[in-house]
Amino acid sequence: MEETGKSTGPIPGWQKFMDNIFLLLALGVVIPTLIYTVWGLWEIMNIPRLPIVP
Amino acid sequence: MANQDFRICSESGLKVYKNAETLIKWNVIAALATLAVGGLMALLVALTRWPSVHLLGLTEYYRFLTAHGVDALLAWILFFEMALVYFASTVVLGTRFRGVVVGWISFALMLIGGALINVIIIMGRADVMFTSYAPLKADPLYYLGVILFAVGALIGFIMFFVNVVYAKRDGGFKRSLPLGSFGLAAASIIGVLTLAHGAGIFIPAFLWSLDFIGYIDPSAYRLVFWGLGHSSQQINVCAMVAVWYMTSAFVVGGKPVNEKLSRTAFVLYILFINLASEHHLLVDPVLSTWHKIVNTSYMMHLAVLASMIHAFAIPASIEVALRKQGFRSGLFEWFKKAPWGNPAFAAVALSILLFGFLGGITGVIFGTEQFNIIRHNTFAITGHFHGTVVAGTTIAFMGFTYLLIPCIFKRQLIWKGFAQIQPYLYAVGVAMLSIGMMSAGAFGVPRRHYDITFSGAPFSFTFDPAIDMFMSMMGVGALLAVAGGVLFILIGFGSMIWGKEVK
Repeated sequence: MEETGKSTGPIPGWQKFMDNIFLLLALGVVIPTLIYTVWGLWEIMNIPRLPIVP
Repeated sequence: MANQDFRICSESGLKVYKNAETLIKWNVIAALATLAVGGLMALLVALTRWPSVHLLGLTEYYRFLTAHGVDALLAWILFFEMALVYFASTVVLGTRFRGVVVGWISFALMLIGGALINVIIIMGRADVMFTSYAPLKADPLYYLGVILFAVGALIGFIMFFVNVVYAKRDGGFKRSLPLGSFGLAAASIIGVLTLAHGAGIFIPAFLWSLDFIGYIDPSAYRLVFWGLGHSSQQINVCAMVAVWYMTSAFVVGGKPVNEKLSRTAFVLYILFINLASEHHLLVDPVLSTWHKIVNTSYMMHLAVLASMIHAFAIPASIEVALRKQGFRSGLFEWFKKAPWGNPAFAAVALSILLFGFLGGITGVIFGTEQFNIIRHNTFAITGHFHGTVVAGTTIAFMGFTYLLIPCIFKRQLIWKGFAQIQPYLYAVGVAMLSIGMMSAGAFGVPRRHYDITFSGAPFSFTFDPAIDMFMSMMGVGALLAVAGGVLFILIGFGSMIWGKEVK
């Protein structure tokens, strides 16, 4: 169906990176979790509570 | 592996193993069934929001709107995505499904979870809308249903990686996954993150509904929920783009002009597209400006860049393929001679066009802080995501169904004339629906609202009379889209049952 990479020369670093789906999985989980979720939760947890809230 | 375990698809030349074929079939069947339920709910909801009709009562409206969100936005899409990831990790790679029992457990969990959610909603014990924002509390079985469904889908995405590992070992591919499978690898990666967020918020919500936890912070709920709610739409974007590439390859023999660039665009999706969840929180006073700007303005536009790459790469691949077939006269002979009568091709072309101009562009605009403050929670946002999920993803998946029926179900399409017009009918309807919603939203019409005339309210408010035209446009569009949807369901199920067998 599609090309699957037939060159026989040295494999470029970017290509190696894109072929490593488990590295992509790790980065795809870690980057948004840190930048969106963890950072957001940290900000929420650091909001001072109103004095009337027990 | 004995030869009788697989067959060669006469349409595509792909090797189809029996165990993968059966799993793909049942996920497609479940997807079409949930689309039918979600579409029925859509009709009832649209006819209620159309002020001239205002069909349902107050309680039923919010109940059916909740069911519409769950069935059309989660169930139909995720069941079909399970079929896609299984197809891309077995049939495309010419290998069998590894751990087929786990695949069936995934399917059973999704089926039981989806059924449980629907039953609880229809019983009136979960009138909490799709978002189920705390402190709105539903029946514990509602949350349990969502957890079962999400765990089932998570297992399905994990099975993609398992199948890919075995396919590489068995020689299904050497170094790089085929581009369509790579796109679905991106979708599976986003799926893992998304469903982990689902577990992260729905397990505490389940315990809270059982009174094991006394309190859930609404801000934290919103933040983590959108790590599920919006990111699940990013799975759709990746899967949809993969379907665009695969359909282009199957129907016209299209190959990307620069495959590395297309792969790079998928990597940008993997790394940055999930940060778009922040859109839902841009008017939230809790999060800092830095959190909002970094997530939407800086990182998210790298994902937008990826969409721009795909938007040029796929039409270019189609043009090059058609020119190679001899349609070289002038600038546009290839365009005129494209297989517009093939419903799979037509669906993909319409999906690219409508996703780009209705869903994508509006998403980028509404996703900026300055504009979001004006449009947030208006009907314009509903118009935007119907431009992405329905006009983009659903139409693309409908088109791919027309390829799966002969390849996986071994049946010819019935009602071929109707199948040819179905994508156009559905696309015109959804485009009218989406534009009507966005235009009404521009005049301040709120999303989700049962009665925008505010009858019986202690104060009065009148919208600009122009909204009558736009709300009617939305209503007529909904009717056309439902007609196209009914046609799709009838052709889909009819072909599976009565279609002539493909040898």
